[in-house]
Amino acid sequence: MTSTAKSSWSRTRHTGAAAVALTAAVALLAGCSSDGTSDDPLAGEKADAGTVVVGSNNFAESTLLADIYGEALKAKGLKVTYKHNIGSRETTYGLMKNGSVTVLPEYNGSLLAYLDSGAEQKSAEAVNEAVRAKLDEKLTLLDSSPAEDKDSVSVNAETAEKYKLTSSSTLADLKEIAPDLVIGGSPEFQTRQQGLKGLKSVYGLEFKSFKALDAGGPLTQAALADNTVQAADIFTTDPTIVKEKFVVLKDPENLFGFANVTPLVHKDGLPQKGVDALNEVSAKLDTKTLLDLDAQVQLEKKDPLDVAKEWLKSAGLL
Amino acid sequence: MNGFFDIPSDLQHSWWGLIGLHLREALLPVLAGLLLALPLAQLCVRVRWLYPPVLGLTTVLYAVPSLAFFVVLIDYTGQTELTVMIPLAVYSLVVLVPAIVDGVRSVPEETLAAAKAMGFGPVRRYVQVQLPIAVPAILAGLRVATVSSISLVSVGTLIGNQGALGNLLADAQKYDRPELAVNSVITTAVLAVLCDAALVLARNLLTPWMPRGTRTRPRRAGRRELPEAEKAAR
Amino acid sequence: MNVLNFVNAFFSDGAHWHGYDGIPQRLLEHVRYSLLALALAAAIGLPVGLLTGHTGRGGNALAFIATAARALPSFGLLVLIVILMGFGLLPVMIPLVVLAVPPILVTTYEAVRSVDPSPVDAARGMGMRESRILFQVELPVALPLILSGLRSAAVQIVSTATIAAYVSLGGLGRYIVDGLYQRDYEKVVGGATLVAVLALVTLAVFWAAGRLAVSPGVRRR
Repeated sequence: MTSTAKSSWSRTRHTGAAAVALTAAVALLAGCSSDGTSDDPLAGEKADAGTVVVGSNNFAESTLLADIYGEALKAKGLKVTYKHNIGSRETTYGLMKNGSVTVLPEYNGSLLAYLDSGAEQKSAEAVNEAVRAKLDEKLTLLDSSPAEDKDSVSVNAETAEKYKLTSSSTLADLKEIAPDLVIGGSPEFQTRQQGLKGLKSVYGLEFKSFKALDAGGPLTQAALADNTVQAADIFTTDPTIVKEKFVVLKDPENLFGFANVTPLVHKDGLPQKGVDALNEVSAKLDTKTLLDLDAQVQLEKKDPLDVAKEWLKSAGLL
Repeated sequence: MNGFFDIPSDLQHSWWGLIGLHLREALLPVLAGLLLALPLAQLCVRVRWLYPPVLGLTTVLYAVPSLAFFVVLIDYTGQTELTVMIPLAVYSLVVLVPAIVDGVRSVPEETLAAAKAMGFGPVRRYVQVQLPIAVPAILAGLRVATVSSISLVSVGTLIGNQGALGNLLADAQKYDRPELAVNSVITTAVLAVLCDAALVLARNLLTPWMPRGTRTRPRRAGRRELPEAEKAAR
Repeated sequence: MNVLNFVNAFFSDGAHWHGYDGIPQRLLEHVRYSLLALALAAAIGLPVGLLTGHTGRGGNALAFIATAARALPSFGLLVLIVILMGFGLLPVMIPLVVLAVPPILVTTYEAVRSVDPSPVDAARGMGMRESRILFQVELPVALPLILSGLRSAAVQIVSTATIAAYVSLGGLGRYIVDGLYQRDYEKVVGGATLVAVLALVTLAVFWAAGRLAVSPGVRRR
């Protein structure tokens, strides 16, 4: 260290400078925080009474659906905040239970498989009944939309050609081939019934290995397209299926069941007019519309909120 | 809607809003870390045998990946900013304690003796002599902690859009818009450089006795000084 | 809700010990990524640091490069590169190398620069060539500090290599990312424990390397 003899004369100046710097830093941070909390829905876990928190999982269609339902609620004069991109169902279900999230776009059969991995899925209505019976008492399902988006095991064009798989092939046809294939999907696909577990127990499929990607998103699409994986969990509304010539394998045993878009709601958080609004939206949404809206977001790169508002307007809901 | 500054609606913030959020999530933990580190470091200086175990513990904590820290905290603090800020405060603490201890210990005995002779009590001696002389070392630690904290906030995107500018990364993937990832990386890096520069400026203001234009580190046979300051920046 | 219970449950589950997702395999992958990244970073940082430190030139440029490299967020860089380049080991290596070069480079530079000038002058007076001065006089004296730079780089790499899992590679980060999405705390805590232990092992290796490689005369100082 340098000589300290001279430091005494500068002490006052030095403490002054320190005070100035500290005040500046505190002011800066305080400024940031006051400007951030006022309209920041992420800041606190519990929303104000009367505010509907619409959540979404970590894939593009979930954000889009949350925007559609959320904007429809706003149109009815409800106060809405969004909590987007939360994660997987394993996480969002917990947040629904403790009331941090009021409305979440769900898929009825997928939710049932999560709540009860052994449940049979015979019809959409039966599925909803079964879900309601299994749900936490504070939660309920509203009406299902005709729009459906299932998980599927799809193979890429190269694999389809090599093993002569076509759009009429089924998952059962993979039995002999599976040990040669690497399958990809979201990390949670590895441990779900509607995932590796069910593929093994229902179809007897054991793949060479599993590669953890994302929830039917760009990682999965890219990995399947460039043959990093030969089969993957792809959503049936995924616009890349057509673009990349993926082959969706049929599911005769109905492992992936029903996957109608259905809002999951926390009973205390949503007034009746909100329930009616959501049911109205669900009734008008069908699979073809969902495909089209997904393509606008994922291929044309439009902002999901704009796409949501535009569709609500065209459907006379906004 | 795919320009560089077209922030997707699901982030619910403008670009400037994200910057403000990012600074808050990164800098508050450093401030908290500093406030905790000062007394802890002083304790380590006073009670010599305490330092090695504290150093060992901090090394272990520092090696815990941030994402694991976040995930475990979700159960206690939810998917909130706090869940991101607590681990960052711990990392800052871990960088700052050794920096301050080494800085305070490097104050020469003669200086302390002189202060004692001038009638300074232990508190005054600490605040007016030891701490100012340790400023360069403390600020070196602060620089490392700040830059690493700004970088790490981005990982918060994995726990439900809690990563401020890092949320752009998840959206870049989700909507296949690489320009959002470029925006995230460049903005974060510029913030880090600016904050680093501000701390260098602060150091120059706080240490008017230091010769200008040289690096802070004293050029003595210099063994232990550097590694502590250099580690970090995950 | 006890972290130790999770650790215990994770390690006592037999299913975690074999197969492509088993601990040995993931540990091996993690070590492989880390060693490769460290080797690449050392291949860049050591020669440049030794040369600039020996000549004493370029210190400001080095400080600038190091600051810039340190400012780049590793996680962001990884996601960006994967979006642009697709999958593979290279996209993971780039952020890890960017992370590890600054500590190696700056410490090596400072280590060589701060060598006592008198033995260097003596060597020069004896007619030693510059390259011999660097490798036979400066390097042995600077070695402890150079090793400490490598050590902190290595520990950072070990801890940061977990992010590889986010872009679907293996390594110990796999347990942490999978555990997040599967809501499986055993995996998260188990993975984090393994990473922390690996970091401590890294420290121990460098400590041992220091004992072996540093000349006793230098060590005692």
